[in-house]
Amino acid sequence: MSDVETLPQATPARPVLPPPMGLLAELTHRCSLRCPYCSNPLELDRRSQELSTAEWKRLIDEAAALGVLHIYFSGGEPMLRRDIAELVAHASAAGLYTNMITSGVGFQPAVLDAVAEAGLDHIQLSVQAIDAKTCDRVAGYEGAAERKHAVAAAIARLGLRLTVNAVIHRENVHEIPGFVELAEAWGAARIEIAHVQYYGWGLVNRARLMPTRRQVETAMAQVEAARSRTAGRLVIDSVLPDYYARYPKACMGGWGARLMNVTPSGRALPCHAAETIAGLSFDNIRDSSLSEIWYRGAAFNAFRGTDWMKEPCRSCARKEQDFGGCRCQAMALAGDAAATDPACSLSPLHEKLVALAEAEAASELSDFIYRGYQGV
Amino acid sequence: MKADATHIGIAAIVPALPRGVRLRFDESRQQWFLLGPERVFEPDEIALEILQRVDGARSVEAIAQELAAAFAADRDEIAADVMTFLRGLADQRMVDL
Repeated sequence: MSDVETLPQATPARPVLPPPMGLLAELTHRCSLRCPYCSNPLELDRRSQELSTAEWKRLIDEAAALGVLHIYFSGGEPMLRRDIAELVAHASAAGLYTNMITSGVGFQPAVLDAVAEAGLDHIQLSVQAIDAKTCDRVAGYEGAAERKHAVAAAIARLGLRLTVNAVIHRENVHEIPGFVELAEAWGAARIEIAHVQYYGWGLVNRARLMPTRRQVETAMAQVEAARSRTAGRLVIDSVLPDYYARYPKACMGGWGARLMNVTPSGRALPCHAAETIAGLSFDNIRDSSLSEIWYRGAAFNAFRGTDWMKEPCRSCARKEQDFGGCRCQAMALAGDAAATDPACSLSPLHEKLVALAEAEAASELSDFIYRGYQGV
Repeated sequence: MKADATHIGIAAIVPALPRGVRLRFDESRQQWFLLGPERVFEPDEIALEILQRVDGARSVEAIAQELAAAFAADRDEIAADVMTFLRGLADQRMVDL
């Protein structure tokens, strides 16, 4: 007996969008290092454009209220900000899990002490190569390797939870076992072995960085061997080089699904390379609340879900698994942000891309184009 | 006996959350989370009962005893389950054993 059945059916509600899990807070683009694969954009924000301490604190409060769980203080070098310890303390008091991603270079030792004192949960220290000369050359900074060893010792003394960040390319791809041993020697609980992702500076330097398929396969086998050897002591997370993969990476866990990125001058992005996509406009946290940007911002909604997809993504069984790959890579390589990521073997451009990668990997080594304010 | 010796060995272990691992309640989702470096665990009801007793003071024995009393279950079985659960987290460096 139901009159209810005769009533007009309510429109099925769209699934409620959950709040973001993480916020990448790029406090500054200033950095002593000049890594040729830096994830910062080609056009860097100046110090004069940076958000103030009060603006970051307001943003942190908004993030905590919105449901962000992890905050990543990054840059540039986050410890070049004089207020870094103050911001870590503020985030910690707001209940956020606080991460800081550092180069280890360019700040006074006392700053690290202050950050630890402020309640930092987890620190990530980058290492460019095991060989000190290569490390310094990739970082574009003499003495970088030595300085990183000193900072690692300070981190151990402070008892901070450490992850070693190793970005992998053709000049250090043979050093995987060395990176793992270094992480163990430094007392790290975790290492990230991440092959270069080719956007921005990485794309500019792609031919200088691209390893061969054979090198990548060897590196992957070495990661697996290290995982069994260090099981229970060291967590090894690896990011694969997607040009040689069969399916693309589930970039950011889906566009506007898990993470927000705020640039030094306050632009809120779905990922750090999103500004390379023509036609998108980005809200600034100086003008809108974080919640408004997450739920209603045009950029965050541009590639949410699967409605925007074209073939072969639209009818693909994996479309909810990898979301067609990376929108920025589709833009960079296919000239269309809604195309299938050419890293996917189902993309019509994939074969060409693999051939290009193999040719670049076999090319002569040449000098890096270093990251800097002068642009490319 | 061998089985007892193993049992005693397990029972005496005092698990703790290391620095850099936090158990917290999130108001916006009305849900508990165990947070670590690049890790977000959503504990179910039983996992939460265990984690809330991981304080660097209670032994596995003590935790099992409390849970056995609370849920009217066999203490030894619970101790074994607690240990399996904690070992899984220890492999991820989310718990110190």
